[in-house]
Amino acid sequence: MTGKLFTESTAPEALAAEPAPRSTGWWGMVGFVTTEAALFAVLLGTFFYLRFQHGEPWPPREIERPQLTVPLIMTAVLLPSSLPVVWAERGIRRGQRWRLRLGLAATIVMGLTFLSLQVMEYQTKLREFTFTTDVFGSLFYAITGFHGLHVAVGLLILSWVLAASLRGSFSSHKHERVSLAAIYWHFVDLVWVAILFTVYLSQHL
Amino acid sequence: MTTTSAQAVPRAVAVARLEEQWREQRSLRSWFATVDHKRIGRRYLVTAGAFFGLAGIDALLLRTQLARAGGDVLSPDQYNQLFTMHGTAMIFLFATPMLFGFGNALVPLMLGARDMAFPRLNAFGYWVFLFAGLIMFSSQFLGVAPNGGWFAYVPLTDLPYSLGRNLDVYTLGLIFLGVSTTAGAINFIVTSIKLRAPGMSLNRAPLFVWAIVATSFMVLFALPALNAANALLFLDRRFGTHFFQPDAGGNTLLWQHLFWIFGHPDVYIIVLPALGIVSAILPAFCRRGVAAYPLVVLATITIAIISFGVWVHHMFATGLPSLSLSFFSAASVLITIPSGIQVFAWVATMLFGRIVVRVPLLFVVGFIVTFVMGGVTGVMFGITAFDMQITDSYFVVAHFHYVLFGGAVFPIIGGLYYWLPVLTGKMASEVLGRWAFGLVFGGFHLTFFPMHLSGLLGMPRRVYTYPTGLGWDPWNLLSTIGSYVLAVGLLLVVLSVVLAVARGPRAAVDPWGGDTLEWAATTPPRPYNFASIPQVFGLHPAWDRRTLSRLETDEVLPGHQALLTSELDARPQRLVSMPEASLRPLLAALALLVVVLGLLWAVYWLAIAGVVATIVVVVGWLWPPQLTRAEAEAA
Repeated sequence: MTGKLFTESTAPEALAAEPAPRSTGWWGMVGFVTTEAALFAVLLGTFFYLRFQHGEPWPPREIERPQLTVPLIMTAVLLPSSLPVVWAERGIRRGQRWRLRLGLAATIVMGLTFLSLQVMEYQTKLREFTFTTDVFGSLFYAITGFHGLHVAVGLLILSWVLAASLRGSFSSHKHERVSLAAIYWHFVDLVWVAILFTVYLSQHL
Repeated sequence: MTTTSAQAVPRAVAVARLEEQWREQRSLRSWFATVDHKRIGRRYLVTAGAFFGLAGIDALLLRTQLARAGGDVLSPDQYNQLFTMHGTAMIFLFATPMLFGFGNALVPLMLGARDMAFPRLNAFGYWVFLFAGLIMFSSQFLGVAPNGGWFAYVPLTDLPYSLGRNLDVYTLGLIFLGVSTTAGAINFIVTSIKLRAPGMSLNRAPLFVWAIVATSFMVLFALPALNAANALLFLDRRFGTHFFQPDAGGNTLLWQHLFWIFGHPDVYIIVLPALGIVSAILPAFCRRGVAAYPLVVLATITIAIISFGVWVHHMFATGLPSLSLSFFSAASVLITIPSGIQVFAWVATMLFGRIVVRVPLLFVVGFIVTFVMGGVTGVMFGITAFDMQITDSYFVVAHFHYVLFGGAVFPIIGGLYYWLPVLTGKMASEVLGRWAFGLVFGGFHLTFFPMHLSGLLGMPRRVYTYPTGLGWDPWNLLSTIGSYVLAVGLLLVVLSVVLAVARGPRAAVDPWGGDTLEWAATTPPRPYNFASIPQVFGLHPAWDRRTLSRLETDEVLPGHQALLTSELDARPQRLVSMPEASLRPLLAALALLVVVLGLLWAVYWLAIAGVVATIVVVVGWLWPPQLTRAEAEAA
């Protein structure tokens, strides 16, 4: 069944002419992450719009400026969590399944740690203010909660990939789902930096 | 019978095998599980058409109420629900899905592909759209339809001014629908990037495809603003947050900004694909390609970009600093330039072509006349001083109906007549079509032109009645008469489509002599679209003898396979297998429906159950196939 079309598409010229072809899945995930990024941009834009339209005092009612210790630890846990995924993806490219499994497991542990720290952070914050206290409370919980939801979804996806890899579904040639899950995780990871700056750090400027 | 493969099979045998592999059984399961882009596209068109009918009936009721001063057909509350649902449904449940329906049915054919890049995601998008539409329209029959206008300004729509579930239907329904629109947009982009036939480099992609892709990119960047606004409003109303409540630090203008950051691009999200339809119809009836193809493409992209910088012209009267008004006023006037380029390109095409007057062309001409008139009033609104005088009057209503009905509905009807052979294999009656055009065109202008005048005479929009003696009575009566004429015209359109499907003559292959690849396939196309993947050598592949002859002789691409090509030059890259029919898209959409209903009714365990169900379905949907033994050993 392999005919001229196939020969044309695998001929040396065709293969040498362009870099590794991007799959439809890759473009689809990039499109999805783009629209997600736009969504976070709108939320963070909303934060600054409300803050600057309101002026001083900010936060509007007696909410203290947020403490930075816990969020900085959270950052230290989440930011490097992309590295094991990269390491895992490179591993499966060479057919090393143990690297895929180990890397995914490491990232999942780091992500879970981040979420646990966020729960702790919420416990202390909820004693101080809730999402009905004033608009800062609403923004704080909406934005960080929405991001936390994304981390949870990312963890679900990674666990799903890990489960599939334990069953032996991936090989050096067939591992597109690993790469797509990695793109999503990098996004969730990076967008946290923007949130840290907006919700925590910018309050101290 | 030419084939170069080692296991040579005669072409007829290969095609018969293909038929067997792509055949869909006529069963209930197949009806729910299909992923064929043509069937899904037809469903989009029929469903969106039905919603158009419902929202149109809403409008007729409104016009009946306003026919004379002091009318008492509708109560004020009924009137509020009707005009809100009319606008919301026409924008969200008719215009975009209808154009996405054309995109679904036609983009893979125009590209010479066998299906969309993600056929199951495509089916999922349709089901979500259907369910979101059903939720929103059923609210109307239960008397709890949204009632805050289609742009739902706070504080009116926030607590404590809007109690009841009405606005929750609006916020949740639109977020739900957004899932479908986003999925569709990503699908169009990826399909157009990766599945173009070999040789169809970017500078040979049909203008309709360019328009759909530009629209899809706009969806990716604009829709998040609407979704965020609706989510924040839902949180305000249900859980007591303060995003739009100034006494706790919120801001009411935030809603208007977020809404129009989405809303103005959305005008072009609706109009651009319709302009694409115009560019697709014209070549067949002018017997030449659209003039200035590169300029039309650039104009399309320019409109898509500038449209993100004009949203404040909806807010000129809100007391913003005049510096920002000047900026947005300038941008609003600027955007008329690329729109003008397109209009001149169409006029030049007609001027230098040999015109064949048929029904689709009539609707295109009706479009050009009406859209230009809407554009002229649009420039007037771009001027802040004029806008201040006329904002929120019936002049606005007249303007945006000229733009949206003129800019989208005329091309949609023209497209329906033009592509009916592709969609159904039948031809519509020319006579009935001409009558329909006359009534729609006349009825439209009789309805909406007088609104310019009643608006200039000071009639505000969204009033459920008005006293006599203000000089508005004759113009309103004319509008109402016009709306009935328009309705008869639209009924004739429906009638001619139904008659064509029921007992119209079978369409000949390529009945109009179109220039894009959907006319190079059989009419109507087979489920696999093309047995041999087309080779493209120019801008008008269906007018190109090389493409046509190779379609007959090239080797048949067997099985459920599609060819991926490179992003810019469409060089062949590799073959991929396409997914088969599946019930999972429907199940996933149903699970999401449960989430939305749980949130709407405040039955949160139901919503959580829906989330769990969604996860279960999606996990199964995307579970990687077991490696073959050879693959496992190679790893």
